[in-house]
Amino acid sequence: MLKLFLRRVALTLPTFVALMFVTFVAVRLVPGDPIEVRTGERGISPERLAQFRHELGLDRPIWQQFLDYANGLLHGDFGVSIVTKTPVLNEFLILFPATLELAFCALVFAIVLGIPAGVLAAVKRGSIFDHTVMTAALAGYSMPIFWWGLLLIMFMSEYLGLTPVSGRMDLINYYFEPVTGFMLIDSLLSDQEGAFGAAVAHLILPSIVLGTIPLAVIARMTRSSMLEVLGEDYVRTARAKGLSPLRVVGLHALRNALIPVVTVIGLQTGTLLAGAVLTETIFAWPGVGKWLIESISRRDYPALQGGIMLISGIVILVNLIVDLLYVAINPRIRHGG
Amino acid sequence: MAGDSMAGDNMREGPAFDPAAIAMVETVPPEVSSLRAFWSAFSENRGAVLGLMVVAFIALLAIFAPWVAPHSPVEQFRQFVQQPPVWAGGSWQFPFGTDAVGRDVLSRLIYGARISLGIGLSVMVVSVALGIVLGLASAFMRGVVEVVVMRIMDVVVAIPSLVLAILVVAVLGPSLANTIIAVTVVYLPRYVRLVRAAAIAELSKEYVVAAQVAGVGKLRLMFVTVLPNCLAPLIVQAALGISDAILEAAALGFLGLGAQPPTPEWGAMLADSREFIRSAPWIVTLPGLAILVTVVAINLMGDGLRDALDPKLRRS
Amino acid sequence: MPAINTKVALAAAMLTAFAAPAYAAKTLVYCSEGSPENFTPALNITGTSFDAARPVYNQLVEFERGTTNVVPALAESWTVSDDGKEITFKLRKGVKFHSGVNGFTPTRDFNADDVLFSFERQWKPENPYHKVTGGAYDYFNDMGMPGLLKSIDKVDDYTVKFVLTEPNAPMLANLAMDFATIMSKEYADFLLKKGAPEQLDQIPVGTGPFQFVTYQKDAVIRFKAFPAYFEGPAKIDNLVYAITPDPTARYAKLKKGECHVMIAPNPADIAGMKTDPAVNLLSQPGLNIAYWAFNVEKPPFDKKEVRQAFNLAIDKAAIIKDVYQGAGQAAVNPIPPTIWSYNTAVKDYAYDPEKAKAMLAAAGVKTPLDIDLWWMPVQRPYNPNAKRIAEMMQSDLSKLGINAKLVSYEWGEYRKRMQEGEHMTGQLGWTGDNGDPDNFFFLLGCPAARKGGQNLAKWCNKDFDALITKARTIADKDERTKLYEQAQVIFKEEAPWFTIAHSVVYEPTRKEVVDYKVSPFGRHEFYGVDLK
Repeated sequence: MLKLFLRRVALTLPTFVALMFVTFVAVRLVPGDPIEVRTGERGISPERLAQFRHELGLDRPIWQQFLDYANGLLHGDFGVSIVTKTPVLNEFLILFPATLELAFCALVFAIVLGIPAGVLAAVKRGSIFDHTVMTAALAGYSMPIFWWGLLLIMFMSEYLGLTPVSGRMDLINYYFEPVTGFMLIDSLLSDQEGAFGAAVAHLILPSIVLGTIPLAVIARMTRSSMLEVLGEDYVRTARAKGLSPLRVVGLHALRNALIPVVTVIGLQTGTLLAGAVLTETIFAWPGVGKWLIESISRRDYPALQGGIMLISGIVILVNLIVDLLYVAINPRIRHGG
Repeated sequence: MAGDSMAGDNMREGPAFDPAAIAMVETVPPEVSSLRAFWSAFSENRGAVLGLMVVAFIALLAIFAPWVAPHSPVEQFRQFVQQPPVWAGGSWQFPFGTDAVGRDVLSRLIYGARISLGIGLSVMVVSVALGIVLGLASAFMRGVVEVVVMRIMDVVVAIPSLVLAILVVAVLGPSLANTIIAVTVVYLPRYVRLVRAAAIAELSKEYVVAAQVAGVGKLRLMFVTVLPNCLAPLIVQAALGISDAILEAAALGFLGLGAQPPTPEWGAMLADSREFIRSAPWIVTLPGLAILVTVVAINLMGDGLRDALDPKLRRS
Repeated sequence: MPAINTKVALAAAMLTAFAAPAYAAKTLVYCSEGSPENFTPALNITGTSFDAARPVYNQLVEFERGTTNVVPALAESWTVSDDGKEITFKLRKGVKFHSGVNGFTPTRDFNADDVLFSFERQWKPENPYHKVTGGAYDYFNDMGMPGLLKSIDKVDDYTVKFVLTEPNAPMLANLAMDFATIMSKEYADFLLKKGAPEQLDQIPVGTGPFQFVTYQKDAVIRFKAFPAYFEGPAKIDNLVYAITPDPTARYAKLKKGECHVMIAPNPADIAGMKTDPAVNLLSQPGLNIAYWAFNVEKPPFDKKEVRQAFNLAIDKAAIIKDVYQGAGQAAVNPIPPTIWSYNTAVKDYAYDPEKAKAMLAAAGVKTPLDIDLWWMPVQRPYNPNAKRIAEMMQSDLSKLGINAKLVSYEWGEYRKRMQEGEHMTGQLGWTGDNGDPDNFFFLLGCPAARKGGQNLAKWCNKDFDALITKARTIADKDERTKLYEQAQVIFKEEAPWFTIAHSVVYEPTRKEVVDYKVSPFGRHEFYGVDLK
């Protein structure tokens, strides 16, 4: 187990190095110039352009820029955003809690609905319920989520007036200093009556939109995994022994059926953390996904490089953990490997 | 492990590594069922047949667009700007209404099917071909080739997929061809990994060893002996990959980075008309619906394919 | 998934019911477009960044809210010497800086040192703040300040004298612009001592009606009223900018009361807003122009008749109707009608494709003619959708046997290539900064027609150039008006541009917002605004 762990960890190191190289090169290949792009109609004189490029070190040989960048990364320095002139790491740390909070809520939404739906669909295989769940899951899996988000805002927020349109907080009635950056926690810490409810209300629609695909995936996975387990000998035996169906399903089948589901959930976590670009764009959610996209359009090289490194790093780590977890809970692989 | 190959493959908002797909591979038998057996298994699944019919219908529309579409997709009828569809008080001249500059929405949707299916198919063909080559190469050569290929795939997977696609489009410039390249880059790793895992699993089997002993050449061993036995999961993945590619391309179009005007790509149509969601909702709703229906149909078909090709699920 | 929706809807309804206001201060929420780059106007060039800093700061002179009139602010009065080369400002006494922001407590009132610091930071490389936060003072340089300014002298604590190298009529209006914002020298010194000079641009301390409370990137900026503001405290207690990039979402928020004022509605939503009982739709003609420039260096656009024919070939009314959707008026002259010296006698070319065809044939242009038509990839205040306009022009031109290829580049690249003159025809526009006609006319002058210059038609007409150059140095408004009126006649006859439109700036506010004024500059100002 330890050997496996070390081997997997060692395997991620070259990935990081390659990632560093790829982001650096890709970012330089994007045509356009971070200084030109912000000047608008007004433009900029060639002399001043040259001066700024020099100050930003953009006129140095590309290999030297790469060495500096790599050296900075080794020392935990992700560079300074060209646009805001603040350290990339600071910007990331301000925005990441919003992404994390949204990803967490979307995942909770997906799990809480997806697992029971999948289990029930498997138990009542062939029933109307099964067909409904599977149809809904298929639609959810096939959903263009930018479109889905727009429709939900129009219907839920504007037409029915039930949920807030966008943002993270009711800004008219509440104000508190961000402590953790997580609105759910900060609103509780603030001790203001109703603030927590407002924070939850703002999370509902984005969580549904972001959670739609994981929900569909989890429901499908749970169902097929459950079907497989229900066909296994030990479940049949348990049934034959006359154990109550609830006990059979709940205790014996579910526990085993959930192993692959847990893996899928883990993988979805990495996916969601990677920045829900579209969801964040639609809901004006101040997260890292939207930030990365904007950094591309601003040609903000350091923010883009640093941002991709940080997010990809997190994805790699999460996937590594899931990988190890999968090995840990799945006896078949452990014995085999 | 059940073979829900979609499980870990939610690439639309980011990458994921997919042990489910790899585990599934081991359950595929060496012999690919004959066409007839396959069809009888496939046609048992009513959803899959329905999906196939819808896909065929959309494909026919796409192929015969110039004859089917009532108007040119780019002609602007200035006196009929933003006309509602026929069920909302419009006229039969423009059954699905007109868009912001008076183009017939129905004709644009029909021509758009060409673009979207075209993107989906091109991405699928290119990435399957590249996936086979790279996957087989790493499975057979191991060593440096495998390390390099798989590490690159790891990097691709680690970068959020939409961010990577946007980055590729930003480098190459927004156009239809570059959309295809960008989406291919994003989806390549799943094919490479799948082929490699399947091939490695096959390599240890007796018939491969036998062939090796019999002195079959390496290329022949790769493409003639091993590859056919890896095809089943690949076909399933490819079918589902078409729908994912359509969605990813639509997302790029939605962000204004896909096909350029006046190409009637569905995602770009949606992005162009986003502002009319209140005043002329059909211009926004219909392209979204077109994407949804197409993708659902392809996924239904893909599910059917998987069930038909994966005997384990068929049995249960 | 209707079942799920109902469940969530119920939960949401319950949550909404629980949510009760924590305190009942007057809080005005403004739905803004994006995050500011920082809070120092001198460093910035975008309206979004200027708007974010404006509540905190003042200038020596300012634009009266909702107009282009220059009025006294931190300077009570000013005198201009007879030769036009010296402007002397008398500063207002007893003006307080914000206290308690970022641990800073001012010990003195605003005085001449603050004025000198604010300009020297942008001007003098030896100023300790010159290089802080990138040190790109684009507006200071673009307005030609380094060349125009000879010195800025402190006569006494409350008198400052600007000495110019040549008389310059637009100077006073320049000083009302955001780059001329007055910052606190004492705060700057305080931060220098603290070793954190970059905070000057991130945590602003000024003399303005609101003081800074907090900023969270991409989410919210919060201000509170400054009780000691020199013109009296603001009528609202809190001012909040809710950063909401999508216009559809902004309008939805406005409808629901999540914000009170919003920037830049969708043109498509304007009709609905007019009848929305919760919304007051304010509007003002924008100080801008969208145009389509013909590169006169590339045949056949070197011929005046061809340019005129192109002017006749495009259905401008259709563009105004379908792209601007009422939020724009057809442009005739290169300046908007809200600027003085606008020549109302100039008539626009009528839409006449037949005549255009005949003129092209007469000018010896053979069809099919291949041209390129550039469109910018971004939405601009003067042009809601350059792509759609390009598509419409393309369709109109095809009727004349002209194949227009649509071309676009990434925004910075686009502008640069156009300035280099790579295009045959291309769209761009301009937004006025200070309400002076020269701020528009220079775009068509000979100096700007050089490679890399801002004259995108590359059109250099000696008569036209002589008129605008002369008008720049004269102080007398009537005389300047006459010169500019002549220039407009030449411009229309020579037709280097197809003048597309001046957008109308629409700003929806909720009904309970009192006395909000739309700025012709596209500014957003909340001092003097109240909530019912």
